[in-house]
Amino acid sequence: MNNSVISVRNLTKRFGSFTAVDHISFDVSRGEIFGFLGANGAGKTTAMRMLCGLSQPSDGTGLVAGFDIAANPEMVKRNIGYMSQKFSLYEDLSVNDNLTLFATIYGMKNQEIKKRKAELYDFLEMTDIKNSLVRDIPIGWKQRLAFAAATIHNPKVVFLDEPTGGVDPITRRRFWELIYKVSSEGMTVFVTTHYLDEAEYCNRVSIMVDGRIKALDSPNELKLKYGVETMDAVFRKVAEGAQRSE
Amino acid sequence: MRILAALLRKELKLMRRNPLIIRVIIAMPVMVMLVLPLIASLDVKNVGITVVDNDRSILSSRIIRDLNAAEGLCVNSVCSTHSEAMTEVENGTSDVILTIPQNFEQNPESLDVEANGVNATKGMLGAQYVVSSVSLTLSQWLGEQGTEIKANRPSVINRYNPTLEYRNYMIPAIMVVLIIIICGFLPALNLVSEKETGTIEAMNVSPVSRMTFVLSKLIIFWVVSLLVVAVGMTIGYLVYGLAPQGSILGIFGATVLFSLVMSGIGVTIANKSATMMQSIFVMFAFIMIFQLMSGLLTPISSMPQWAQAFTLFIPPRYFVEIMRSIYLKATPLTALWPQFTALAALALATCTLAALTYKKTT
Amino acid sequence: MNNTLISLVKKEFLHIIRDRRTALITILMPLVLLLLFGYAISTEVNNINVMAVIDFHSDKSREILKKMEVNSYFTFIGLATVEELDDAMKRGDADAGLVMRQSDAQTEYQIIVDASNPNMAKTATAYLTGLIEPAGNSLVTTRTLYNPRLKSSYNFVPGIMGMIFILVCAIMTSVSIVSEKESGTMNLLLVSPIRPAMIIIGKLVPYFVLSCIILAAMLGLSYGLLDIPLNASVFNVILLSMLYIVLALSIGLLVSSIVSTQLAALIVSAMIFMIPIIFFSGMLFPIDNMPQVLQWLSSIIPARWYISALKKLMIQQLPVSYIVHEVTILGFMTLLILVIAIKKFKTR
Repeated sequence: MNNSVISVRNLTKRFGSFTAVDHISFDVSRGEIFGFLGANGAGKTTAMRMLCGLSQPSDGTGLVAGFDIAANPEMVKRNIGYMSQKFSLYEDLSVNDNLTLFATIYGMKNQEIKKRKAELYDFLEMTDIKNSLVRDIPIGWKQRLAFAAATIHNPKVVFLDEPTGGVDPITRRRFWELIYKVSSEGMTVFVTTHYLDEAEYCNRVSIMVDGRIKALDSPNELKLKYGVETMDAVFRKVAEGAQRSE
Repeated sequence: MRILAALLRKELKLMRRNPLIIRVIIAMPVMVMLVLPLIASLDVKNVGITVVDNDRSILSSRIIRDLNAAEGLCVNSVCSTHSEAMTEVENGTSDVILTIPQNFEQNPESLDVEANGVNATKGMLGAQYVVSSVSLTLSQWLGEQGTEIKANRPSVINRYNPTLEYRNYMIPAIMVVLIIIICGFLPALNLVSEKETGTIEAMNVSPVSRMTFVLSKLIIFWVVSLLVVAVGMTIGYLVYGLAPQGSILGIFGATVLFSLVMSGIGVTIANKSATMMQSIFVMFAFIMIFQLMSGLLTPISSMPQWAQAFTLFIPPRYFVEIMRSIYLKATPLTALWPQFTALAALALATCTLAALTYKKTT
Repeated sequence: MNNTLISLVKKEFLHIIRDRRTALITILMPLVLLLLFGYAISTEVNNINVMAVIDFHSDKSREILKKMEVNSYFTFIGLATVEELDDAMKRGDADAGLVMRQSDAQTEYQIIVDASNPNMAKTATAYLTGLIEPAGNSLVTTRTLYNPRLKSSYNFVPGIMGMIFILVCAIMTSVSIVSEKESGTMNLLLVSPIRPAMIIIGKLVPYFVLSCIILAAMLGLSYGLLDIPLNASVFNVILLSMLYIVLALSIGLLVSSIVSTQLAALIVSAMIFMIPIIFFSGMLFPIDNMPQVLQWLSSIIPARWYISALKKLMIQQLPVSYIVHEVTILGFMTLLILVIAIKKFKTR
């Protein structure tokens, strides 16, 4: 078996006559940080939802963590973590309750949960607020917590859908430190983002335009290829002539 | 199993943290049980009568006196024209008009009783009371005159509710109302609000099975419904002195089955609706139909045939029958198996539907 | 200024129309309920199942049995022993039994009824007594005023209208305002130069129009299908209902200014309101049966006054002068609630 954790061939999603995702193919290998870029409406979230087993593909195949996303979405779900764009932890539960709930759902044993939570609190510097209700903590903390909930069971891949929306640059920076940390431990990170400076942090980046992948390489290669200095410029060149936006 | 327990713990905690829901499941049943039995009464009392006395004889005044003395009846006024009497009815002060024709004493042949049909129950029963009071007076009178032999008045035994309190009939039914409302609305709202806040996404992307997730929503509400019934029975006994005559276990069993039916319907509707308002309107329609067609408020036997057939598909119909039979008549559970079977079948059907309509993958 | 109002109203209309499923449900649901209840529900008691227990057949007993079989109020389900009667009553198969015994050449009658429903018991007793001793009864003729065929739809139409408007209107306004609060667009409007009163009117007008569509459909059904006599008072019915709709919308407004989530708005305006309206408004249970204190309490339920006025106009066909009392109270309530709601809305 090769080293790829995500392997996608001609993945397609149609809604009626509208093709949201149009025959995309790529591979992501173990421990990689894979950036998934594109304008609003380019089909990022739809593609990601298919990879997570939340949405059935209309066509094409996808293997995530060794399982087919169309035939075996429930097995895929056991092996991944997902952090949605919309904050989706229980606001009326405490930090600790949320983590325990998700750990149990992923079938972790009590001992294990305890150990893992202690690790995470330490790592996220959340020990002081572990008994506060989620709705009372600031948004930056919420995002870190959602990340913790998505990775508590040490999944093979974690999918992050615009994880840093609406926070200041310092908080974003700290969030990316988390991403590096889990990636260095061997977890594959699949992340969509709006912020092109964040694209620089990824090992490889794909850029989606109108449901298709228009470019896929490491940030440096992309910059070389398009002869520009920043990812921002790369993006603008690639996304030229996009039909869909918003 | 561990996952289900974790989900249940989550539901309990969320419920405890929402003061409004706590109020709805504790304070509302208490309030409702304290007040509704006093008002949910179709007892026909205070029937106002206007007598149009064209006779002004000894017999007519005896009829009026007896009417006034009869239980539940009250002669508001005696007037001499029918139009005066009609004004009283139009103003809502009188429910029944009794017209005594001229020379009735000499020739007791026909009396007119007119009932206000705007309130059908009061009008009908009121008219019946008037008729039976008048006929008693008449047969006594005729007996005294020697024209007819006095017949034997039958003795009457009122089984199961000897004091004829309407309240006793309604107390078990009010608990049903509470469970319909609480277990109908809350699970639907609960699920749709998970949809709107996005937390359901986190569940969909996790390995939680459909059945486990749906069960966590259903079980919590059968706990709530047991609580409601327990509160209801306690208040029923302490405040109104009405204790279940039959098996309390049977009551609890039926409650669990029925709460499963209601929350199964609630979850199914929530699965199928996009917004909270949509789910509430659909649930609202179900709840209204359930309350009004189940025989809870009005007798099923007085509905037209097609409607009676329709009530066979109304789950609370069976629950109401079980509750009233056990509560008032101490009907043994063995005699209630058709109702229990129907409820169990409906519970199975709605819960399966709830699990099937919940889609983790679109 | 009028332009802002128009654009606000437009925005709200678009919002209603875009969610076609909800709009459709909102209009259809009241009609289904009205039809179903109009035709099906009745508080009267009839179809009483009776059994007879006879230990000695005679001419008299045969005569009574024959009368039982032809009486339209009874379903005679057969002869039985006292034990069988008991058992059948427990199962709910029989509602009453007539026991005839012979003693000293005299017939003794005993009526045994299932009194769990007291009205059923009283009716059964009255009819059975009438069978035994028809002397007095035959002298009396009974008629019903206003509702000669005792059609229950007559009584339920006002009740159902009273209930549906308040619930639907309160749910719609409170949820639509609170959801704007939740999504933050309400703040957007509040910081804009638009006056709060404009925002409120812009919210209420579309729902008022929607409610009037429901009203028209319900009246059409009542007069067309349910045979409620149509006469000039229909205009008064419409005016009265419009006043009531405004009142119901204001209640929704008030709810929205008290709660902050859609969930709470729905719990308050659907769950908490439902019970008092069904039980307290006089729709099913006559108000003058209630203890005095609770009768006073029921005065604060707007549906009570609307239903009472509607009954007078639609069923009794009385002139407007008879509902001045109700209209005054409803008008006063509307004003009060509107003022409180607007005050609360502004200070938020």
